[in-house]
Amino acid sequence: MKPYNNKAWWLVLPVFVLVAFSAIIPMMTVVNYSVQDIFDPSTRYFVGTEWYREILSDPRLHDSLVRQFIYSFCVLAIEIPLGIIVALSMPRRGLGVPVSLILLALPLLVPWNVVGTIWQIIGREDIGLYGSLLNGLGVDYNYASSPRDAWITVLIMDVWHWTSLVALLCYSGLRSIPDVYYQAARIDRASSWAVFRYIQLPKLKNVLLIAVMLRFMDSFMIYTEPFVLTGGGPGTATTFLSQTLTQMALGQFDLGRAAAFSLIYFLIILLVTWVFYTAMTHNDDKG
Amino acid sequence: MSWMAWTLPTASFFVIIALMLVGMSIWQTVSPGHQRKGFLPISTTRGDRLFIGLLIAAYAHLLALALTGWPLWIVTLVCVAGLIALLKWG
Repeated sequence: MKPYNNKAWWLVLPVFVLVAFSAIIPMMTVVNYSVQDIFDPSTRYFVGTEWYREILSDPRLHDSLVRQFIYSFCVLAIEIPLGIIVALSMPRRGLGVPVSLILLALPLLVPWNVVGTIWQIIGREDIGLYGSLLNGLGVDYNYASSPRDAWITVLIMDVWHWTSLVALLCYSGLRSIPDVYYQAARIDRASSWAVFRYIQLPKLKNVLLIAVMLRFMDSFMIYTEPFVLTGGGPGTATTFLSQTLTQMALGQFDLGRAAAFSLIYFLIILLVTWVFYTAMTHNDDKG
Repeated sequence: MSWMAWTLPTASFFVIIALMLVGMSIWQTVSPGHQRKGFLPISTTRGDRLFIGLLIAAYAHLLALALTGWPLWIVTLVCVAGLIALLKWG
């Protein structure tokens, strides 16, 4: 039998070095920071698990975590069904295909801080399109003073920015379904709902899992858009985990506590990612 | 390396993790393992079981810190026993 040639592993070496410097070494440093009280690079004291104990009983973390889960749940509950509906409504042939693809890709190209700024202006109750329209209709809307309005605006902003990603993923999944399935459905005189329920949805399962995972991870780490739009307010209504962490690390320069917080945050994301990944590969294993 | 703010406990932790990964690689080379189904609800490889064991250990330590006043070495011992059981029968 011909022996395996493992020389190709050398081609992967640059990636290992890149990951080591961009992820592993910083992660090790964060672990080191999380067990010390650091005043400056030469003045630091070992405190063991003290920061973890404090962080785990910190009501700020609990509140941010609850807000974060509610936010990610709302994002998924809105963007996934809406993305499917948009993908189902998109044309399958003709000029409409490239036009709709470009239109859908546009929000994805806008940088996060610009999205926040756009919605800061759109939402203003005096000059903003959305804010002044609502106030003109008699709805008392002000995202700067009302937590409910701030939440609605942050959610609408996320939906505007990211639903097209779900739609594009679903569209690619729909395009990969062979025509014979639809022909068989036509022969059986299946209704549109039956085609969706028994052909399209099962075929979209893997694509949807990727979409759910991407949107969960991204919404769970959201920082820039709500920071630019509301600054985390009113009060702490839209202060999510990453903003709480930034306040701790950069605002208060509390590096030890922030490092412990980061690791707990990382473990939550790691667990959820693993659950999604297992769900996906487990599904593949079963065929 | 001083900018990484090393301490003896964290250095020991990473050395143990690195030794585990090297040990698992050698084990896999010497005696290749396969995906199988144990008491876990999913079929897993050795690497999967190590990862699951380490993840459970991390959460067990956090839960112990958050909810109990137990000394952490007890939790660590329980987690090591759990990890061995997971690798063997998981």
